[in-house]
Amino acid sequence: MIKEGQVVRIGIGDMGIVHPPHLIRTSGLGSCVGIVLYDDIKKLAGMAHIMLPEASLAKKQGLKRAKYADTAIEDLITALRGAGASSYRLKAKLAGGAQMFQFTSNSDMMRIGPRNVEAVKKNLQSLHIPILAADVGGKSGRTIEFNPETANLHIKKVNQGESVI
Amino acid sequence: MSFMSNSKKFIEEFGPIQLDVLKEIGNIGSGHAATSLSKLLQKKIEMNVPGVEVVDFDQVMDLAGGADKEVVSIFQRMEGEAPGSMFFLMPPFQAHHFVELMTNASEGFDNDAGMAVSALQELGNILSGAYLTALCDFTELDLQSTVPSISQDMVGAILSMGLVELSQVSDAAIVIKTSLTDRDGGEGGFLEGHFFLFPDPPSYQKIFSSLGVNEGD
Repeated sequence: MIKEGQVVRIGIGDMGIVHPPHLIRTSGLGSCVGIVLYDDIKKLAGMAHIMLPEASLAKKQGLKRAKYADTAIEDLITALRGAGASSYRLKAKLAGGAQMFQFTSNSDMMRIGPRNVEAVKKNLQSLHIPILAADVGGKSGRTIEFNPETANLHIKKVNQGESVI
Repeated sequence: MSFMSNSKKFIEEFGPIQLDVLKEIGNIGSGHAATSLSKLLQKKIEMNVPGVEVVDFDQVMDLAGGADKEVVSIFQRMEGEAPGSMFFLMPPFQAHHFVELMTNASEGFDNDAGMAVSALQELGNILSGAYLTALCDFTELDLQSTVPSISQDMVGAILSMGLVELSQVSDAAIVIKTSLTDRDGGEGGFLEGHFFLFPDPPSYQKIFSSLGVNEGD
C-alpha cells in the first residue's frame, strides 16, 4: 500500500510535517504529548513532541518552540498552512501525557503529563481544532506513528501491543 | 560573572573544570555504589570510567540505547540542598538476573512481581544510598533520596522525566553516566546497569560552590 514511503522521525521537543506516502513517528513518549494536526483532504500532517505545557514556563529566552504545547501548536499550524493545508479543516489526534512515576513530593513535576494534556486540549479548543481521537494519561510510555493517507494513528506500548486510533 | 547573563544558554556556561567536577561526582558516587553491590552480591563489580557529555535531548536517549528501547528503571529523586533526579537503568533480563541473585529465586519476576519490585527497590536504595553518601562526603551538601520508583518501559518515557526541570532552561543536558558490570561472567552471564544523574538546574551552582569552583573558571 505504501510505496517507498519513509518514516520521518520527530525527536523530543521537535516537530515536522509529512505527506503520503511518508509516515511520521515519534518514540518513547512518557509525560510528553505527541500532537498530530492534519488536513484529510490535502493529506498533510504535522507532528510535535512537546515536553512542557506553555512557553511562559521557560526560564530562559531562545529555547526551541516545539518543546511547549502552545508554541508547538502555533508553529504546526503555520507550517501546515505554508504547505497548503486549510486551517479550518485541521483536525487533531493526541497520545501521551502519562504519569510514569508516583511520588508524593515535588508533585508539580510529577504531574507534568496530565498538565501537558490539559494544555494541549485547551490550546486546540481555543483555536477550534477538533480532537478526533486521543490516547492519553495512564502509566505507560508510547511510540506513535501517523499515516497522512489514512489519518490513522498507530500507538505502541510496552507489553500491550499496538492500537490504532 | 558570566552566569548573570540570562540570555546565554545554561549548559554552555560550563567549562572544562566544571565538567571535571561532575565527572568526579560520577566517579566517586558509582565507585561507592559498585563496592556496596559487590558486598551485597558477593561478586566483583566493576565500574567503568564515567562519561560526562553535553548532548541534546535525543542524544540522551541514544546514550541509553534509544528512545524506543525497553528497560527496567529505578528512579529516585535526590532531595535536600542540591535536588535532582537519579536513574539506574538495566535491560529487563538483567533486572531478572539481579532479582534472582538477590532473592535466590530461580523464577523470573513475572511470577512474583511484588517480591521483584521490593528486591529492585532495595537495589535502588543500596546503590543510590552509596552514591549519595559519597556525594555528600565529597561536597559536604545535605542530600537524601526518595523511595525508589520501579518501572519497566521505554527509555524515552523514563528519562524524559529527568529532563523536565532542565528543559525549562536548556535544550541540552549534561549526562553524568556510569556503568557497573560484573566481568567475571560466571554462570548467569554478566551484570550490567547504567546510572544517569540529572541535577536540577540550580543545583549545579550549589555543587560547584561547595567545591570552591566558580562559574566562569
